[in-house]
Amino acid sequence: MDIILIAVIALLGLALVFGLLLGFASVRFRVEGNPLVDQIDGILPQTQCGQCGYPGCRPYAEAISEGDAINKCPPGGQSTVEALADLLDVEAIPLEGGVEEEPVKKVAYIREDECIGCTKCIQACPVDAILGAAKQMHTVIESECTGCDLCVEPCPVDCIDMLPIETTLNTWKWDMPKPGVDLIVTDLRGELKQGDAA
Amino acid sequence: MSTQFSFHGGVHPPENKRQSTGGPIQIAPIPEQLSVPLSQHIGAPSDVVVAVGDRVLKGQVIAEAVGRISVNVHAPSSGVVEAIEARPVPHSSGMTAPSIVIRTDGEDEWVEHSGLEDFRAIPKQELIDFIRHHGISGMGGAGFPTDVKLHLGDDHIVNTLILNAMECEPYITADDMLLREHAEQVVKGIEVIAHLLQPHHVMIGIEDNKPQAIRALELATEQSKLNLDIVVVPTVYPSGGEKQLIKLLTGVEVPSGHIPADVGIVCQNVGTASAIYDAVYNGIPLISRIVTLTGDALGHPHNMRALIGTPLQTLLQSAQLREKDLYRLVIGGPMMGFTVDSQSIPLIKTTNCVIAATYNEMPPAPPANPCIRCGMCEQVCPAELLPQQLHWFAKGKEFEKAKHHNLFDCIECGACSYVCPSNIPLVQYYRFAKAEIRNEEAEQRKADHARQRFEARQARLEQEKLEKELRRKQRAEEAAKAQAVKKDKAVQNSEKAESSGEPDLKSLKTASAVARTKLKKAQKALQLAEDKGVGDIDKLRQTVTELEAKERAAQEAYDQAQSAPAEQPVVDIQQLKTNAAVARTKLKQAEKALAKAKESGEGDLEALRAKLAEQKAKTEAAQAAYDQAESGGAPQADVNAVNLDELKASMETALGKVDKAQKALDAAVASGSPAVEKMKAGVEKLQGKYKEAKAEYENAQSAPASAPVMSAETLAELKADMEAIQGKVEKAQKALDAAVSSGSPAVEKMKAGVEKLQGKYKEAKAEYENAQSAPASAPVVSAETLAELKSDMEAMQGKVEKAQKALDAATASGSPAADKMKAGVEKLQGKYNELKQAFLEAGGQLPAAQPDAAPVDPKTLKQTVSIVRTKLKKAQAALDGAADDVELQTEVQRLTQAHEVAKKALDTYESEQNDKAAAEGIDLKQLKIDAAMARAAVTKAERALSKAREAEQDDLPEIEQQLLAAQLEAENLNQTLSRFTD
Repeated sequence: MDIILIAVIALLGLALVFGLLLGFASVRFRVEGNPLVDQIDGILPQTQCGQCGYPGCRPYAEAISEGDAINKCPPGGQSTVEALADLLDVEAIPLEGGVEEEPVKKVAYIREDECIGCTKCIQACPVDAILGAAKQMHTVIESECTGCDLCVEPCPVDCIDMLPIETTLNTWKWDMPKPGVDLIVTDLRGELKQGDAA
Repeated sequence: MSTQFSFHGGVHPPENKRQSTGGPIQIAPIPEQLSVPLSQHIGAPSDVVVAVGDRVLKGQVIAEAVGRISVNVHAPSSGVVEAIEARPVPHSSGMTAPSIVIRTDGEDEWVEHSGLEDFRAIPKQELIDFIRHHGISGMGGAGFPTDVKLHLGDDHIVNTLILNAMECEPYITADDMLLREHAEQVVKGIEVIAHLLQPHHVMIGIEDNKPQAIRALELATEQSKLNLDIVVVPTVYPSGGEKQLIKLLTGVEVPSGHIPADVGIVCQNVGTASAIYDAVYNGIPLISRIVTLTGDALGHPHNMRALIGTPLQTLLQSAQLREKDLYRLVIGGPMMGFTVDSQSIPLIKTTNCVIAATYNEMPPAPPANPCIRCGMCEQVCPAELLPQQLHWFAKGKEFEKAKHHNLFDCIECGACSYVCPSNIPLVQYYRFAKAEIRNEEAEQRKADHARQRFEARQARLEQEKLEKELRRKQRAEEAAKAQAVKKDKAVQNSEKAESSGEPDLKSLKTASAVARTKLKKAQKALQLAEDKGVGDIDKLRQTVTELEAKERAAQEAYDQAQSAPAEQPVVDIQQLKTNAAVARTKLKQAEKALAKAKESGEGDLEALRAKLAEQKAKTEAAQAAYDQAESGGAPQADVNAVNLDELKASMETALGKVDKAQKALDAAVASGSPAVEKMKAGVEKLQGKYKEAKAEYENAQSAPASAPVMSAETLAELKADMEAIQGKVEKAQKALDAAVSSGSPAVEKMKAGVEKLQGKYKEAKAEYENAQSAPASAPVVSAETLAELKSDMEAMQGKVEKAQKALDAATASGSPAADKMKAGVEKLQGKYNELKQAFLEAGGQLPAAQPDAAPVDPKTLKQTVSIVRTKLKKAQAALDGAADDVELQTEVQRLTQAHEVAKKALDTYESEQNDKAAAEGIDLKQLKIDAAMARAAVTKAERALSKAREAEQDDLPEIEQQLLAAQLEAENLNQTLSRFTD
C-alpha cells in the first residue's frame, strides 16, 4: 500500500515539476507569429504580382500554411513549387495552368515618349519601382522591378512593355553540360563538324 | 631552398611550354583598330570619359574607375575614338560588352606622362592611388584590381608577400619570358609592393621547369635590398592556384570562404609587379601585356608584348597562323581557358595566352560515360573536395547539398576532368551548379529586397491611410467644434435675450426714456395750457410732478442696473424687494382705507375687506418671492418670465384696486359720504399706479426684441386687455342703467365713467388692431403684396405702352379705328393708374405705418399731374411729327387743360398745407426733410445697434441710447408732420 502511494506521489510530483517547466518554457520561449509562414514567404519570389489570387506573397504564404495549394505561383515556376514541397514535406505538383517550367524573368519598360504621366502605374506598383509625377514622364527603376505585370493593365495608353531581362556578362551562366550518355557516336560526329571553332 | 610543404592532389599534364620560349618577346604591331572593353576585370565597368570622334593619345585615360573595385582604362595607342559600343569580348559566353573602339593613326603619340621620382617619399595612399590611376589590375587570372590588394595592409596584418611565378598551366610562358628578360623590373615592382604592404617575408614561388627565369631572378634579387626568397617548387598542376601556392610555400591553409590576407598573406603575380614597375618608374599605365601565342596551328609561336585591345587576328597573323589547321582557338591555358569563336576578340589585361590548336592537339571531348565511382577525381582535387559527389548533386540539381559539400571552394582547375576515366565534364557541372546557386542567391536577394520594398510600401500606405483618417477626424472635430461654438453663441445670444440682465436693463432704459418723453409732453402741454390759460392747469401740474418723480425713479433704476450689470440676480432681487415694499405700502393703504370707511361707517366695507385680504396675500407672495430669490437666487433663465409675470400681476392688482376703489367711490358718492373727496384722490392715485404698472409691463414685454413670439404674446395680451375692458364697459353700462332706473343722483358721474371706459376700450381696440396689422402681417404680407402689385403694375404699364404705340401708329396712318383704340388705351391707363395707386398705397403705408388715407390724396394728385404731363408731352411730340392733324391738336389742348387743372389742384393742396404749417410757425418742407432725416437716423442707429450686438461691443448701451433718442425725435417729427398732412 505504501509503495503504491509513494509511487503515485512520486509520479505526481514529477508531473507537476515537468508541467511547470513546460509551462514556463512555453511562455519564455514563445514564438511570435507563425515561423512556417516566414519560411514559405522566403521561398516565394516576392514579385507581389497577385497571380496566386492573394494580395501579395505573404498572404499566399499564410494561405499555404493553412493548407492552400503550393502550385499557384507562376513567377516562381516549378522550382518554387519543388522548394515548397520540400519544405512542407508534400508531393510536388505541376504548376497550375501548365505554365512553362521556368518563366522568363521580365521587367516592365515604359516607352517614355508615349507616357502621359497619369501615375496609374505608380499606384499599381507593389514595390514602388516606378518613378514619376503627375503629367511628368514615368520610368521604371529596372533594378527594383519584380516583373509582376501589375502596371501593364492600368496604363491608359498601353505604353508599358514587359521585356525579358537581358543577360549580361555578369548574369550569364553556364548551362548544364549535355549528358554524354545521350549522345551516340554518330551524333557526336555530326555535331563536331558543325562548328570548327566551337 | 627546399619545400617542406605540398598540397593535396594535382596532376601532371604535358607542359607544352617549349614551343613558345624559343625567341625573345616581340613587340606586336599596332593594329588599325583597337577595341578596349570597359570591363576587363572583376568589379564595376569603368565610366567612359571620351566621346566618339575624340582624338586620344597613347596612355590617355579613356574611362574612369567607378567604385572601389575598379580601375581606369587607358588608350593603348594614339588615334580617334571611332565608336563606343558593344563588341565581342574574351568571355566563355561569347557575348559582347561595351568597348571603346579606337582607330589608330600609327603615330603612337604618347600623352604626357612621368613616373614617380621616389615612391617612398610620397604617402602610401597617394602611391596606391597612383597605381590605381594607372589601371593596374591582376595579370594572372581573375584580374582583380591591384590597388585593392595593396590596401590590405590597412586592416590586415600582412606577414608574408608571395609573388606568383608558378605558371603551372601548360603552354603558357608569359611570366617565364618576362622573368627571363625583365627580372630586375619585376624585383623593382616587388619593392614597391613590399613598401606598401611592409611584409616580414617576401617569397617568389616558381616551378622548377623554368631554370632560366630562376637564374635571372636570382641575379636580380642580388641587387635588391629586399629580404626576398625564391622558392623553387616541383612542377605540378595546379600549384599556381593562390591557395595551393600558399599551402606549398608556407604550409598554411586558407580557410574556406576566406581570403589569404585573413591569414596574413598577400599574393601578387609577377606580371602585376612588372606593371607596377612600369607605372611607378616610368608612368606607363597598363596598356600592354606579354601574351603567349602558341599552338600547333601557328608557324611561329612566341611571346609578344601586345597592346590591350589588339584583335587576336593581328597577333595570330604575326605568329603566322595557318588558318586551315586551326580547329580551336583557346584563350588561357588548356586546363582553365575557354574556347572563343571569333578572331576579332581583343586582347585584355588578363589574357596571358592564346592557343591556336589543331584538331589533333585539342580533340573534342569524347562522349561522357556514366560515373564509375572510381574516386580518381577525389585523388587529384587540390581543394580536397569530393568531385564525384558534387557531380551527382549538380546533375540532380541538388544545389543546396552541393553547397554543403563546399562547391564554392572548387577552383575549377579541371584536374578532376583531366583524370576522369569516363570523360565526364565535371568542371562544367560545377560551373553550372555554381551559376545556378549564384543566380538563386541573387534572386533571393532581390526577393528580399522586393519584400522589404513591398512591406515598406504597405506600411507607408497604412500610415497614409491612418493619417488621412486622422485628418478627416480632426476636420470633423473642428467642424463639430465650430458648430458647437456657433450653437453656443446662438444659445448665449438667445439666453442673453431671454436672460433678465439685458432685457431688464433695456426695459429699464426704455421705461426711463418713455418716462422722460411723457414728462416732456406733459411739460409742453402744461406750458401750452398755462400760455393759453385754459384747461385744468392744476391737474397738469400734478401730472408733471408725478411724471418727474417717475422719470427720476426710472432713471435711477436704470442707472443702478447699468452700474451692476453683472449682478443681474441682485437687480432682480432688488426689484422683488421693491415689489414687496410696494405691496406692503398698498396693503397699508388698503388697511387705512378700510379703517376710514369703517370710521365713517359708510362705503362697501365688504369689498374693502376683500381687497385688504387680497392685498395681504399678494404682499405675502411678493415677500416670499423676494426671500426665495435672496436666499437661493432665482434661476437666471426664467428671471425674465418671472419679471414679466410679476409686472403683470402687479398691473392686474393695480387694476383691480382701481376698479374696487372706483366702486367704493361710487358707492360713497351715491351715499353722499363726506369721505368722497379723499376717496377720489385715492382712486386717482391708484389709477396712476395702474397706468405705471401697465406701462412697465408693456415695456418689459415689448423690450425683448424677439419680435414674432413676443408680438404674438403682446397681441394676446392686448386682446385680453381689450376684452377685459369691454367686460368692464358692459358692467359699467349695466350699473348705469340700474342707477338711471333707480333715479340715483350719481347717474351723471357714472355716465362719465362709462364713457371713460368706453374710450379706454376703444383705445385698447385700436391698439390691438394696430399691433395685429402692423408688426405681424405688415413686413411679410405687405412685402409679398407689394411685389405682386408691382409686377401687376409693370405688366399693365407694358400693355399701356404697347397700346399707346399702336394708337400712335394708327393715328399717324389716319386709321378709322384710332378712336376706339384711344378709348382702349385710356381704359388701360385707368387700370394702370388704379394698380399704381394700390401699389403706392401699400408701399406708402408700410414705412410710415399710418392707417390714415390722407397722405394718399396729395400723392394721387401728384401722380395725376405727372401722368397728364407725360401724355401731354407725347401728344406734343406726335403733333410735331404731324402738324396738320387736327385731332391731335385738339387732344393736345385737352391734355394741356387737364394738366393745368391737375397741377392747380396739387398746388392748392400744397399751398394749403404750407399755409397750415406756416400758421403755426413751421416750415412744412423743412419739417418733412427733418422727419426724413430723423427716420434715416433711426435706421442708422438700428443698424449700428444690430452690428454692435453681433460684434458684442461694449458700447451697446450708448448705441441704444442713441437709437432711443433718434426714435423719439423721429416720432415727434412724424407726429408734427402727420398733423399737417392730414
